[in-house]
Amino acid sequence: MTIRHHPDDATLLSYAAGTLPEALAVAVSAHVALCPRCRHGIRTAETVGGALLDSGSAAEIAADALDRAMARIETRAGGVATPEPLPDVADARVPAPLARRLGAGLDDIRWRWIAPGVRSHEITVSPGSGSLMLLKIAPGKSMPDHGHGGTELTMVLDGSYSDETGRYGPGDVADLDESIEHSPMVDSEVDCVCLVALEAPTRFKGRIARLLQPYLRI
Amino acid sequence: MTDLLVRIGANRDRQAYQAMFVYFAPRVKGFLMSKGADSALAEELMQDTMLTVWTKASMYHPGRGSASTWIFTIARNLRIDKLRRESVQHFDDVDGLEIAEDDPNTGRTVVAQDDAVIAGQERRLVAAAMKRLPTDQAEVIRLSFVDDLSQHDIADRLGLPLGTVKSRMRLAYNKLRQALESEL
Ligand SMILES: [Zn+2]
Ligand SMILES: [Zn+2]
Repeated sequence: MTIRHHPDDATLLSYAAGTLPEALAVAVSAHVALCPRCRHGIRTAETVGGALLDSGSAAEIAADALDRAMARIETRAGGVATPEPLPDVADARVPAPLARRLGAGLDDIRWRWIAPGVRSHEITVSPGSGSLMLLKIAPGKSMPDHGHGGTELTMVLDGSYSDETGRYGPGDVADLDESIEHSPMVDSEVDCVCLVALEAPTRFKGRIARLLQPYLRI
Repeated sequence: MTDLLVRIGANRDRQAYQAMFVYFAPRVKGFLMSKGADSALAEELMQDTMLTVWTKASMYHPGRGSASTWIFTIARNLRIDKLRRESVQHFDDVDGLEIAEDDPNTGRTVVAQDDAVIAGQERRLVAAAMKRLPTDQAEVIRLSFVDDLSQHDIADRLGLPLGTVKSRMRLAYNKLRQALESEL
C-alpha cells in the first residue's frame, strides 16, 4: 500500500495533544496504524507535551500520595500491562483501531441504504465528540458538491475516489477544513468504502439523515 | 529521569520509582489541573498515571522519547479514557499502534545505547524551540496541550477562523520539527 495523502500537521499535533474530537481521533488512529511517517510525526509532537509537563506548574499532592503509590505497586508488583486483546476481525481492509470498534469485517456489518449506490454504517462515539461513519459508494457514483462545517477526515479502506484535491486509495486520508468544496467520485471497479469523521458542528446535531445532509442535500 | 525509568523497567527498582514519583507526581497533577480537573480527580488520575509508569516501565524504550514525553502520553491517555465515559473505547496510542509492525526506533537513526542521551537532548531542543516561537504560535500550542482546547475551541476563544488556527499550529509544528531534525 502506497500512502499518498496524510492528515494535516495541525491534525497530528492536536492528536498528540489529546484534543482532537473522538471521531476525528479514530480516523487518525486508523491511518496511523498503517503509516510509519505519521507515527513518527505524532511522536515528534508528543515531545511538546513532555516539555510542557516538565516546565509546567507543580501542584501540591496529598500527604500520603507516595505511600499510597508504593502500596499500589506492591499489590501489582511485577505486573506488566496486558495488551488489549485484538478483535477477531479477519478483514485486511480494516485497521486495528477500527476493527476494535466495528467488531466485524466490512462484509459482515449492517449497511443502511441511503440513496442509490450509497450505503452507510454509523459508528458510536461519545456524545459531543463528532460523528463517525462508514460510507460505501458504488463505482462511478458521484457526490453532489458540498462544503464542510468544520474539519472532515475521510480515510479510504477499499476502492478509490478522486476529487479536485487528488486521488485517494486505501490508507489515504483527506483532511479538509470548512473552506473546501469538493465533489468526490468513485473511480475504482469495486465499491469505495471510506471512514468519514466529521467534527459535528451544531447544525449536524441530528441522526444519520442530518449527518448526510451535506452530501445529499436532504 | 530517563535513566531512572530504564532502571524501573529492567530491575523493578523501587528507589528509582520513588525518585520519579517525587519529581513527576506534582507535575502530572498540576498538568491535569490546568486542563480543568479538580484536585481530587487530578490526584486520582495522577495516581493511576504513576501506577501505569510502574506496570509499563518494562515496555518503555528511550527511543520512544524522554521519560517526560512518555509520562505525558500516559496521563493524556488515561484522562481521555476517563472523559469518554459513554464509550468503552481506549484512546489509541502510537505505542499500541506500532507494536504490530515496527520497532521503537521508527524514523530515527540513533543507536540504542545513545537513545537515553538523545531523548534528553530532544526534550531540551523542543523546550528551547518553543521559547523561540512567535507569540501567536506559542499561544495555540499552549491552548492545545495545556488548556486542552480543540482547534474549534481555540478559534472561538481567540475569535479567529479555524483555518488561521490550523495554519499557526502547522507553522509551530514545523519549527519544532526542524529544531529536532537539524540538531540530531
Ligand atoms: Zn500518514
Ligand atoms: Zn467532503
